[in-house]
Amino acid sequence: MPIDYLPVLFMVGFVAFGGVMALIISSIVRPKNPYAEKLTPWECGMEPIGGATEGHFRIHFFVVAILFIIFDVETLFLFPWAVIITDASISTIIFVEMVVFLFVLAIGLVYAWAKGALDWIK
Amino acid sequence: MPSIDTLIVVGVMLLKVLIIGGALFCAPLPLTWIERKLAGRIQQRLGPHRVGPFGLLQPLADMIKMFVKEDIVPAKADSFLFKLAPILAMAPIFAIFVVVPFGPDITIPFIDYKVSLYITDMNVGIIFVLAISGLAVYGLIFGGWASNSKYAMLGGMRSTAQMISYEVAMSFAAVGVVMMSGSLSLVDIVTSQSGGFLNWNILYLPVGPLWFVIFLIAGLAEMNRIPFDMPEDEGSLAAGYHVEYSAMRFAFLSLAEYVAMVSIAVLLVVFFLGGWDNPLGSLIPILDYVPPVFWFMGKVGAFIYFFMWLRFTIPRYRYDQLMTIGWKIMIPLSLANILATGMIKIYADYRITDVLEMVGLKLW
Repeated sequence: MPIDYLPVLFMVGFVAFGGVMALIISSIVRPKNPYAEKLTPWECGMEPIGGATEGHFRIHFFVVAILFIIFDVETLFLFPWAVIITDASISTIIFVEMVVFLFVLAIGLVYAWAKGALDWIK
Repeated sequence: MPSIDTLIVVGVMLLKVLIIGGALFCAPLPLTWIERKLAGRIQQRLGPHRVGPFGLLQPLADMIKMFVKEDIVPAKADSFLFKLAPILAMAPIFAIFVVVPFGPDITIPFIDYKVSLYITDMNVGIIFVLAISGLAVYGLIFGGWASNSKYAMLGGMRSTAQMISYEVAMSFAAVGVVMMSGSLSLVDIVTSQSGGFLNWNILYLPVGPLWFVIFLIAGLAEMNRIPFDMPEDEGSLAAGYHVEYSAMRFAFLSLAEYVAMVSIAVLLVVFFLGGWDNPLGSLIPILDYVPPVFWFMGKVGAFIYFFMWLRFTIPRYRYDQLMTIGWKIMIPLSLANILATGMIKIYADYRITDVLEMVGLKLW
């Protein structure tokens, strides 16, 4: 029923409202005197060189994100199967199907492993 | 115009959201005190003891301090995302509690109105929990990226990679739970385990304990606590993704972390330890008079204590070790365990009590 999902909206709204209210109340009592040095990024007392978000990051994080997409979407396919597996009339055939499915998934994992995508230090 | 019954249902939902949300907003106050006292006890010192009796007012003093501190937004930061990130980190973790069942239905005396001790019983509860907890990553990555600081950027990247890596293992463990209990709804999962600790999913031999361990380790990594607290590794990253945050926004980020700890404890209890189920069943008649919510809270409290205990007992992993555990051990193990669970579910679906009954031993 759609009404089952209404509390999610309530809860997110409550958190956002509470957070914004706390920020507004604290903005009345807190001091505010920024100056240039205070507003620089924290970097061990040195002058920061360059920006942090200019696109320099380790590409390995991206590979991990791609692998996550593959595996997490495949786990979603497992949920319906997990619910109906006790249905005796189809349980054996869907079990065999799932063995094939997980075998394909495992090949993907083995490939990523063999290519070194899972090794953090090369 | 909705009917009056619908309005009452919506009103009760709103009231429950206010109560549970308010309780979660206040949860870090006692939790920080307990954690610091526990740290003191483990490290043979006193912990907070100056503010109020036994230092009980220390969290309140901390909260007032957070309120009156200056709120700094770095000049080069992406101001919109920087301000959005703390709320974005908090909201999904609070939303998990919408589906958590705290106890069976109770009837309010005098007006005879039946109230369920969960906000809503979704028929896709587990998928909702996984989906919404995945959104919490956005708060961390936005916070780290928008700060425009190298430490925050690295911390945000690391925590994202860590959380999504372990989320895969966590989803697999959730599939295992669905198989053992045969339902996606959290209320059905709890009721399927009722009748004493021998019926709990953690003792669904031989695969239950393994699912429990996988979920526990993945949960520890999801909530960024020791031994997997690389995102805020003080030694190499200063403070990780929240290094540039101050005052209330920092308080929100740490609030999100504490609520995440509570949420993992709650999920472990619901998935593996029978939720509100009385551990001894009806073996000891007097225990039937204990309200079920007490058992639920007791189990959650025990897990929270365990997480705090871990924090002051074991060292932190190195980042490459963390990724190795996640991808090379947990995921192959869960793939194999899914097939094992399926096999057992089809050909030998027995819990311990069933086996005991077969040999003629009936405990309760």
